[in-house]
Amino acid sequence: MRAYVEGVGLLGPGLRGWHASRAVLAGVEPYRPAPTAIPASELLPPAERRRASIPVKLALAVGWEAFMSAGRNAAATAAVFTASSGDGEILHQICETLTTPEREVSPTRFMNSVHNAAAGYWSIATQSREPSTSLCCYDASFAAGLLECATQVAVDARPVALIAYDQPYPQPLHATRPISGEFGVALVMTPQATERSLATIDVELEPGEAGESRLPDAGLEAARLGNPAARSLPLLAALARGAAGQVVLRYVAAANLRARVAPCR
Amino acid sequence: MQPLVISRFAIVNCLGAGTGALLDALRTKRSGLARCDFETVALDTWIGRVAAVEELRIRRGLEDYDCRSNRMAQLGLEQDGFTDAVAAARERYGAARIGVFIGTSTSGILETELAYRCRDPQTRALPASFRYHATQNTYSLGDFVGRYLGLTGPSFVVSSACSSTAKVFGNAARMIAAGACDAAVVGGADTLCLTTLYGFYSLELTSSRPCRPFDADRDGISLGEGAGFALLEKPTGPAASDAVMLLGVGESSDAYHMSTPHPEGAGAKLAMQRALQAARLGPADIDYINLHGTATRTNDAAEDKAVVELFGSATPCSSTKGATGHLLGAAGITEAVISMLAARHGLLPGSAHTRSVDPALKSDYLLDNRESRVRHVLTNSFGFGGSNCSLVIGIGG
Repeated sequence: MRAYVEGVGLLGPGLRGWHASRAVLAGVEPYRPAPTAIPASELLPPAERRRASIPVKLALAVGWEAFMSAGRNAAATAAVFTASSGDGEILHQICETLTTPEREVSPTRFMNSVHNAAAGYWSIATQSREPSTSLCCYDASFAAGLLECATQVAVDARPVALIAYDQPYPQPLHATRPISGEFGVALVMTPQATERSLATIDVELEPGEAGESRLPDAGLEAARLGNPAARSLPLLAALARGAAGQVVLRYVAAANLRARVAPCR
Repeated sequence: MQPLVISRFAIVNCLGAGTGALLDALRTKRSGLARCDFETVALDTWIGRVAAVEELRIRRGLEDYDCRSNRMAQLGLEQDGFTDAVAAARERYGAARIGVFIGTSTSGILETELAYRCRDPQTRALPASFRYHATQNTYSLGDFVGRYLGLTGPSFVVSSACSSTAKVFGNAARMIAAGACDAAVVGGADTLCLTTLYGFYSLELTSSRPCRPFDADRDGISLGEGAGFALLEKPTGPAASDAVMLLGVGESSDAYHMSTPHPEGAGAKLAMQRALQAARLGPADIDYINLHGTATRTNDAAEDKAVVELFGSATPCSSTKGATGHLLGAAGITEAVISMLAARHGLLPGSAHTRSVDPALKSDYLLDNRESRVRHVLTNSFGFGGSNCSLVIGIGG
């Protein structure tokens, strides 16, 4: 399935936006890990801005960067959200509350505990009534989102945004599911080339268990392994290099995703 | 969209296990709701509990996945010859050519709630028996269903609150159209847990009586639990006259509020319009609408406006949540299966527990069962985050 990448958004440990990170991802500049800087979203109305949690802010920030660089109207574009979990902080707080005699769950926390909270806030922020979906596939959540996004672009023949994000859990959940530094990535994909297209991307399911692509830089490789959304890094590196290349992303037990990229300009 | 054959479907909820029990309950207008007696929950509310899962043993080899939601999924998969039908499909297509697109809202969160009660007093660690990957994680249910059925095709879980198991029909239809798989298992499960019971209570959205959709005195939801599954395949020729078909899927977002529907039902109307477009049908072609109908003041008012704007006041419609309760992430597949039965048996189900329809609501709301020829049913599922999905189910080729 072929799609064109028109815009990219990125936030991760030491990765402050796609444009600021391209040289690092291309291997031209050294990678320096640092805590992920997540901005408050200017997109949301004040009431929603107060309620927005970290994964929501992460999703909105990378989504908006991708749409700004694509020069595309988010209100008219469908979106695929994918994350290996809902909001881990909220899950922890609710589970703690449920061990108290009163069990007074916060209504705002409950409302924000749904896996599709980011999709809901995105739709409010961008005033988009276009469809969105919210996926989970454990460590392969990015691969699942990429497959769904490429499928939507191919079948529905219209632009679709992919927004993937994951945050670490607090303890005690962190010990059972270790996730490192917050990571978010967004790709605006279109069915035809536009004047802003960066690259073509051909996504295919590949039977078998061929090895997944890794990163030569030890720090970036650690980031990739530490956060499910950062499993996107080999693909982002291929896009950043601006040359033809291909990456393999681990997906389900019997199949990987192979993504071939080629620059448009 | 290209219509797909729904070659097998299975169901379990508080009305019983299997489509036979469901159809019988609908015919007799039986409700499965009872006063809340779930776990240690002390709330004045009614629920649709499936006690059978509490005795059920998870299949050997899958013990790591043992939790209420995966048990519910197993109980659903055991009904209506579903597992055998999937095994036959696996022979025809190959395990890697059948997709698994499963929806859930809460997955195995109950396990995590219970584990938090058993934290180590010194280290605050969760008990060693807690299995995050196989229970709490949102994908656990999809992973379990794929392993249970021996399927290795493309797979993920859709978790968009109460539209989850309606939206999976759309994911499957696209994947089949793109050639990523030849057939797909869709559906999912949601089970009772403290998070949703206390959470909806905190939002003042639970009723202290059995929920009464579209009633003048409706005052909130009754939570239910259950599972449902459907096997979708491409038609191989003209469809048989009694074949159940997926004809259209329509999705939209409200862009309004996280937990309150758009007051004019704008997103709901858009989802219904898109489902009709996908099915290449007009409003007059729909013989019955299975409403989302949660029995909150706001949902029913908004949905009624959307239905009346699009269909007028003559299309029979009802919510079946007075019988099943609100199954949250499993509401979509539950009501899709009810729509399939409505089409196959010409039964338009009346609304359990609803006494007198709110005069402010203008749609043709069914209090009593009606028997009539049904060719096309539209079913609505709307969720938190303003996530809307409508399906069009049809009968015959």
